[in-house]
Amino acid sequence: MNLQRPEAPAVRFILNGKLSTSHMPGHTRLADVLRDEFGFTGVKIGCNAGDCGACTILLDGKQICACLTPLGQAAGKVVVTVEGLMAHGTLTRVQRAFQKHGAAQCGICTPGMLMAAVELLGHREHPTESETLDALGGVLCRCTGYRKIVEAVLDAASEVNLPALPEAGAAVGARVPKVDGIAKITGAEVFGADGIPKDALWLRAIRSPHARARFTIGDLADFRARHPRIERIIVASDIPFNGFGIYPDLKDQPVLADGEVRYRGEAVLALVGTRDAVEAVREAELPIHYEPEEPVTGIDAAMRAGRAVQAARPDNLLISGKVRRGDVEQAVASAVAVAEGVFDTSFVEHAYIEPEAGWARRVGDRIEVHATTQAPAMDLEEVANVLRIARDQVRIVPTACGGGFGGKLDVSVQPLLALAAWVTGRPVAWVYTRPESMMASTKRHPARVIVRFACDASGRLLTAESDALFDTGAYASWGPTVANRVPVHATGPYAVPNVRTTGRAYFTNAPPAGAFRGFGVPQAAIAHEAMMDSLADELAIDRLEFRRINALRVGDVTATGQRLEASAGLVACLDALAPRWQAACREVAAFNQRAQGALRRGVGIGCMWYGIGNTSMSNPSTMRVGIDRNGAVTFYNGAVDIGQGSNTILSQILADAIGIPISRIRLVMGDTDRTADAGKTSASRQTFVSGRAAEAAGLSLRAAILRFANAGEEARIEIGEGRILVEEAGHRREIDLGMLEPDANGDVVRGEGRFDPPTTPLDGDGQGIPYATYAFAAQMAVVEVDMDLGTTRVLSILAAHDVGRAINPVQVEGQIQGGIAQGLGLALMEEYLPGRTENLHDYLIPTIGDVPPIEVLMIEEREPLGPSGAKGVGEPGLVPTAPAILGAIHHATGVRPVFVPVTPDRLRAAIRERRGA
Amino acid sequence: MIAKRLGGAVSSGSYQRVSTLDQALAALASGCTILAGGTDYYPARVGRALDDELVDITALAELRGIAEEETHWRIGATTTWSELIATDLPPLFDGVRLAAREVGGMQIQNAGTLGGNLCNASPAADGVPPLLALDADVELCASSGSRRRLPLAEFVVGNRRTARAPDELLTAILVPKPQGRASGHFLKLGARRYLVISIVMVGTLLDLDTSGHVLRAGVAVGASAATARRLGGLEAAMIGRKADASLADLVREEHLEPLSPIDDVRGSAAYRRDAALTLIRRSLATLGSRT
Repeated sequence: MNLQRPEAPAVRFILNGKLSTSHMPGHTRLADVLRDEFGFTGVKIGCNAGDCGACTILLDGKQICACLTPLGQAAGKVVVTVEGLMAHGTLTRVQRAFQKHGAAQCGICTPGMLMAAVELLGHREHPTESETLDALGGVLCRCTGYRKIVEAVLDAASEVNLPALPEAGAAVGARVPKVDGIAKITGAEVFGADGIPKDALWLRAIRSPHARARFTIGDLADFRARHPRIERIIVASDIPFNGFGIYPDLKDQPVLADGEVRYRGEAVLALVGTRDAVEAVREAELPIHYEPEEPVTGIDAAMRAGRAVQAARPDNLLISGKVRRGDVEQAVASAVAVAEGVFDTSFVEHAYIEPEAGWARRVGDRIEVHATTQAPAMDLEEVANVLRIARDQVRIVPTACGGGFGGKLDVSVQPLLALAAWVTGRPVAWVYTRPESMMASTKRHPARVIVRFACDASGRLLTAESDALFDTGAYASWGPTVANRVPVHATGPYAVPNVRTTGRAYFTNAPPAGAFRGFGVPQAAIAHEAMMDSLADELAIDRLEFRRINALRVGDVTATGQRLEASAGLVACLDALAPRWQAACREVAAFNQRAQGALRRGVGIGCMWYGIGNTSMSNPSTMRVGIDRNGAVTFYNGAVDIGQGSNTILSQILADAIGIPISRIRLVMGDTDRTADAGKTSASRQTFVSGRAAEAAGLSLRAAILRFANAGEEARIEIGEGRILVEEAGHRREIDLGMLEPDANGDVVRGEGRFDPPTTPLDGDGQGIPYATYAFAAQMAVVEVDMDLGTTRVLSILAAHDVGRAINPVQVEGQIQGGIAQGLGLALMEEYLPGRTENLHDYLIPTIGDVPPIEVLMIEEREPLGPSGAKGVGEPGLVPTAPAILGAIHHATGVRPVFVPVTPDRLRAAIRERRGA
Repeated sequence: MIAKRLGGAVSSGSYQRVSTLDQALAALASGCTILAGGTDYYPARVGRALDDELVDITALAELRGIAEEETHWRIGATTTWSELIATDLPPLFDGVRLAAREVGGMQIQNAGTLGGNLCNASPAADGVPPLLALDADVELCASSGSRRRLPLAEFVVGNRRTARAPDELLTAILVPKPQGRASGHFLKLGARRYLVISIVMVGTLLDLDTSGHVLRAGVAVGASAATARRLGGLEAAMIGRKADASLADLVREEHLEPLSPIDDVRGSAAYRRDAALTLIRRSLATLGSRT
């Protein structure tokens, strides 16, 4: 068909206060028009389906999804994007409130949240909380747990003043607003899809619709002839080294499948061409012939083996790890109470609102990749390895990361983008669609945790046995990390003399299970916390008190034989909860006694411990700082801030170590040409490991300055224009920076710090020092269950966390609240099923209406190794939440959930079974 | 077909936004696809080229708004959920208004249209059960200009299938005026608070005489069959009864006979039946005790 059509009529509208004209076709998504034609990339695209609300804008004052609105419907109307909020160059009150309250973490949902809030505040100056929830209910956030967003909107009616930045030496411990926050609330932040050069080619992957199949690719000549603007077709044989993976000896995942696909969504071929050309291709046009085979689905099928997912692994076993201590059999025989159970969990999707995205370009004989990531140094190694080029030929420039949670630790777009840019010599871009992101990316491991715990008459634990089986999907990814971390943590945060724990990971024809906030520990915690409840109930000991009896304390020895020397604050966490726990128990009992209808309430408690950093492996961080001739202080920070706040926290630590105000510090983040390897943003390690390195860098810079000035430790440093003033005991000395020789960065005074947490390898029985320090936490949840429908509403969560030291209380609260929201999702609604829940309306994550009020109690048992005593908090927020909710459901209903998520149909079935219906 | 490259995004196909019904009908006659709020059209085309020939009907003033006529209420097909919520309407519409608040987020309520919801014919369409309970008709206008009126139950014939001919435009939803004091209700069950597709939902209506006895009852259940279904047996059982919370006691499992729920990611068939009974009882108890 070749119909001549008139040019699309111009569409005129007022865009951010300016009369604007678009010449794109009328049915183009308004989101694409605003981003691509007008450059308003503050309009974020998270799903293109109206499920996430990130693209929310105002059309004639009403919030709409720009991804669902045809350009033609904007004709004659007033369009406002987040970029249009700043009238006269000043932040609006609601923007200031977002910054003040820490309502933006990664910032990808922030423009949508702000626009929804602006619509609300336009007609309600003082909205109620429930009006706020209704107004913002169409925007999903995966980072914050929503509570700080609600606080910000409710506060926006007042005259919001941003807190003054702390003076020199007062940054650690202060509620410093995010140093990169303003970009996030104005739409200026550049995420993976936002900085793509106009002349870039686009890449599109064709992915397998089958979980397991052999395939051949036929002659592509016809296809090429029909699509002249597709410049390259890349297949497996075009890739210099077609394998990647986290471990140097486990590069088992092909960049493009080679004749065999092992999970639905695996990439088999890549098209590179103009954007319209690659998007116009219908998959059926490509001569890819699949011969589907019966997939290996689930742990049981994998263990039965017979058919290997990877030929090199005939038994489908990726790895096993274990911890052995004492004599379990003998101790069980002497026990007064024994509890056992089997608990199953599901695949869980990270569901960061920013899909994988980025672009690459070739610069001479080097390749540059700009992409959303949690691990630039690992990306660099992977790209060099796949392209078979030297590491110094690769530069990774992380964009802002719109949420990671472990899912952006593995490479996604990077290897193929690098290859495509390398061979075409043109910039090449790639943005995953939401279904593509969900099909292709890693997931949380489904687990089956088989446990038996025993205690004596006084409630003291005698034994802990835990056998955790993990479905690791088609490729190794972070499976070994999970299988090694879990046996260490499987006792829970308790002193247990006799321990037998294992972790095993099996290959299946499912998406690769990788890293997801907690590395398997959240799954194991569901099991050990159910055991605590069962044993406590059996001995009629209060559930909190039972945990307190057994809590690890300073001086105790863990299952791996490690003596805890300091900073083991679980008892303090439990003591902080205790009065509220007792009150909640009374209130719940009174409610249930009065209850006439279907509603019953319950209260539950969950505890956790979490080793900070890699398990028994070196994971150093190096941080650098320099001062140039003008007196500008640049922080060369290789740690990627994925929204959790490391840019701010590390800057606070650095500023205090140098002895200057934080406002003086300029940041370079993650660029592998300009920063040293700080290790990946995972395992809750950046505050502890990179924080300690930043502290050391700051101290070394300070020492260098003091040496110049021949001054002592107590001297005060003030950095001015082109000079540094050093004042000691009334004596002032000035260093003229212009006199000093600059390095390649232009810096004339430098500091560097490195930290690698001290650990030892685990022996054959899992004995050793796997982590330098542990975080501890206890959370309690109050729930209300509709016994007739099986629905669960979480009414409140109280979270007590031993964080060592809260460098920035706002960010600490944000991490805990965000972790809790993900823990709530894990417990109640999240279940990824390949082919069935590959979008954000069939795969459910908590909305703003699902996360209850959360109160955070910060316990600060200083860790001597950490910067100012700090430990990590990234993952701990999530771990105890599901156990607390499940315990509360049991308290309310008598049903002990053994499968998560506890969806309404599952809970209702269990309630009916229990009633003998 | 000419693909146009403009800026970054891509387009083939065509688009026209018409300003008269005649233009809309002419476009339909030439094979165009109708576009209204876009809230179902675009999600079905994620990562795909937009290559349909589209006629956008949202500029037709005559398809918009709610009007009271002699025997019925007339809801223009492109009336949005937000417009419905903002309109001052009698309790007859309480169920439809409750449903409107449960459609997506406010972004979707501001763009999505009632007519589009019916034409998309999802088994989980929020608008269908409460409108079925109201005995609503739809008005269809053909390219010849002829109009016909069809009960909603006969319009939605299957999963994503309607009785609309390719050259017909759904122009209005017609809700008959009740004989007595009527009020409606709606309950939706999902696994989260906002942005959720129903596991099951129930729309109900009671039309009462001056002494508070049931003249007519409407009970419709959604997401439990290929299309939302009326529960005729239950409706008949309520006629003549005094309206109070005890109406809920009339509900029997056999009243669910018209339903044929399936097992899917949101819930099992058995759960849907069980939950439907609970929702119907609660909805009738609420309506009954309100009068």
